[in-house]
Amino acid sequence: MKVLLSGNEAIARGAYEAGVRVAAAYPGTPSTEILETIVQYKDINAEWSVNEKVALEVALGAAIAGVRAMACMKHVGVNVAADPLMTASYTGITAGLVIVTADDPDMHSSQNEQDNRHYARFAKVPMLEPADSQEAKDFVKLAFEISERFDTPVFIRTTTRISHAKSIVEFAEPEHRELPHTIKPQFEKYVMLPRNARLRHPQVEERLKKLAAFADEFDRNELILQETDIGIIASGTCYQYAREAFPTKSFLKIAMAYPLPIKKIKYFAGLVDRLYVFEELDPFYEEQIKAMGIAVTGKDVFPVCGEFSPITAQNGIVGSRTHKPDVPSLPALPPRPPNMCPGCPHRGVFYILKQMKVFVSGDIGCYTLGGLPPLNAMHTCICMGASVSGALGIDKALGPNGLGKAVAVIGDSTFLHSGITGLLDIAYNKGTCTVIILDNRTTAMTGRQEHPGTGFTLQGQPTKQLNLPSLCAALGIDHVRVVNPYNLAEVAAALREEIERPEPSVIISQAPCVLHRREYNPPGTPFTVNASACIGCMACLQLGCPALVWHPAEKSGTASINSALCTGCTLCAQICKKEAIQAEA
Amino acid sequence: MQDTKTTNILMAGVGGQGVILASEIVAEAMLRAGYDVKKSEVHGMAQRGGSVTSHLRFGTKVYSPIIPDGEVDILFSFELLETLRYVHMLGAHPLIIVNNQKILPPSVIMGKDHYPDNIPDLLSQYCARVHLVSALDIARSAGNPKALNVAFVGALSRHIDIPESIWHDAIAAALPPKIVDLNIKAFTLARQNQ
Repeated sequence: MKVLLSGNEAIARGAYEAGVRVAAAYPGTPSTEILETIVQYKDINAEWSVNEKVALEVALGAAIAGVRAMACMKHVGVNVAADPLMTASYTGITAGLVIVTADDPDMHSSQNEQDNRHYARFAKVPMLEPADSQEAKDFVKLAFEISERFDTPVFIRTTTRISHAKSIVEFAEPEHRELPHTIKPQFEKYVMLPRNARLRHPQVEERLKKLAAFADEFDRNELILQETDIGIIASGTCYQYAREAFPTKSFLKIAMAYPLPIKKIKYFAGLVDRLYVFEELDPFYEEQIKAMGIAVTGKDVFPVCGEFSPITAQNGIVGSRTHKPDVPSLPALPPRPPNMCPGCPHRGVFYILKQMKVFVSGDIGCYTLGGLPPLNAMHTCICMGASVSGALGIDKALGPNGLGKAVAVIGDSTFLHSGITGLLDIAYNKGTCTVIILDNRTTAMTGRQEHPGTGFTLQGQPTKQLNLPSLCAALGIDHVRVVNPYNLAEVAAALREEIERPEPSVIISQAPCVLHRREYNPPGTPFTVNASACIGCMACLQLGCPALVWHPAEKSGTASINSALCTGCTLCAQICKKEAIQAEA
Repeated sequence: MQDTKTTNILMAGVGGQGVILASEIVAEAMLRAGYDVKKSEVHGMAQRGGSVTSHLRFGTKVYSPIIPDGEVDILFSFELLETLRYVHMLGAHPLIIVNNQKILPPSVIMGKDHYPDNIPDLLSQYCARVHLVSALDIARSAGNPKALNVAFVGALSRHIDIPESIWHDAIAAALPPKIVDLNIKAFTLARQNQ
């Protein structure tokens, strides 16, 4: 059967065909769809974990227990999971363990563009890099074979243009694998006390040598010998770009990003006149190839930052194309950035924060858009959970002078991922911070995934639901209150009271995401502007709601509401001093 | 099948218009017609109301999942302003198919920017063949404005030489059964519209 699959869907299919029994992940673009696809395979025990560290530990535990297991995450998720990763490299596995890292060159939906190939070298584990969806599926199976043959976790690295690109995949039958009946202790292998870890480390070094030898035999590290004036070493989507730009030249297509096939590279270098390494982000291959004593051109002609395309290969190797189309210049085009949805429960909170002129220690989620105009009410965004602990740092830096000047804002899923420990630190270390948890009842930005606060699992089964106010109280926060974000006066009053209080507090802004299928009930009646009452003060436009439209006139102008977009959330009506905005009759 | 040069279709529009679903249908049709197909887009940040593109390529063998600048054969745009954003990517003998719809971006809504006037005229300076399609009207006359994206695929289908039945199969594969008939009606109306 031939179907079109994204790289993520293909990885899920590969896991099924490889007989994976446990798969764990925290949602993160561009990796999210792997688990969303895996859920259809009922033999796989799949879960949304609370964060990537937990996901990797769950998968490692399953692999120690003797079933094939997989953990999936975006590139920055590996930072969170780095602690178990580094030692899982020492312990190895009983049955196969594969970790998928989905990198995001150009930061389409990320806070940095770190190159996670470094993690393979750092943790001394092998990494495979597929170049299309067929390979994404096939490499999952190969990764499990390598994992079990060499007693090691194995990385599969994708980038956005593999994860989210669709290409043709042929299915195979799933492998049947015997399941373990029990688990036996292996003290020296799995208890990383110093005495045992000292025994494991030399085995890791030995394993790396064997893997390097294997890389040279591995036929997916493929030589494509054609014209030899130019030879290009590339992997993943970069291979596709370069092959398209230079279809008649010679290639060494790298499938195993780490360790590199040294003999194959030396052989290839000896065959071609000019050798290039074409890799997005860091000179990861280039530095290793140069350390082999081979002359190669890489980052001298190709950029380090951003995403590549066939044009990048063209420009770096033969220079930019001479003919530019002779076309008239365009007028300046108004940008169309992503925006919070009409009726979004976050909008009112950011409107009030802007009015209060407080410094907002921010976090990762849809609500990061609250930093964009016209709301402009987020002043840091670093990583999952940094809003909460960062606010304590601000508190400590400013001392009593800072009281009432800064707040932390974090989403519900992000709080559960990495905010809990920060809040505990605030309570423990006598902070006075106010933390706003924007509880929209889902992991919204990645497409509305379940988490412990929603009361449902990845499979949509009801489960134990976390009680957020009780959790905050248990961490030591005495002042916890829940507000309705659609009531601006209530939000403003709660914020004023809590930020002036010289004690830590939590405000839970609770209302479901407008895209929440289970919980969101639209108020129903769109609002409308009475043009004769509108004085053109533009106050309502400061909400940045896509449903509000400005109609300039000679001196001033009037606002109107696009009834097709308006959810009837009432925020603009609450702001309008002339009561010009009312529910449609 | 004879070796064919890769055909590059850049789809553009605004989040919520159904650009991605339209690209799924076209990709599925080309797969069923026997071509190698690749398709790439970016999901992530709340895309409602943001610019959306999908790169779709088919031919005997397709390598890159993204279309190189200067090689777009068909710019298939769901919104007037969005079309202008990608004219720099047009190839040597391009075709622009544009849905005659304006969706105002936030800075225009706020009164800070001006939505460009006479976009079809501007486009004709870049491209000799510009087809303006009123996909929303066609979808409405088929019975539901939400079928805009499938109606618009109908307008595109006239420029791709594969049997009509393949298009119908691809639409049926992509949509829930209860809305297939209505969408095929919208597709057919747009396909026949001269």
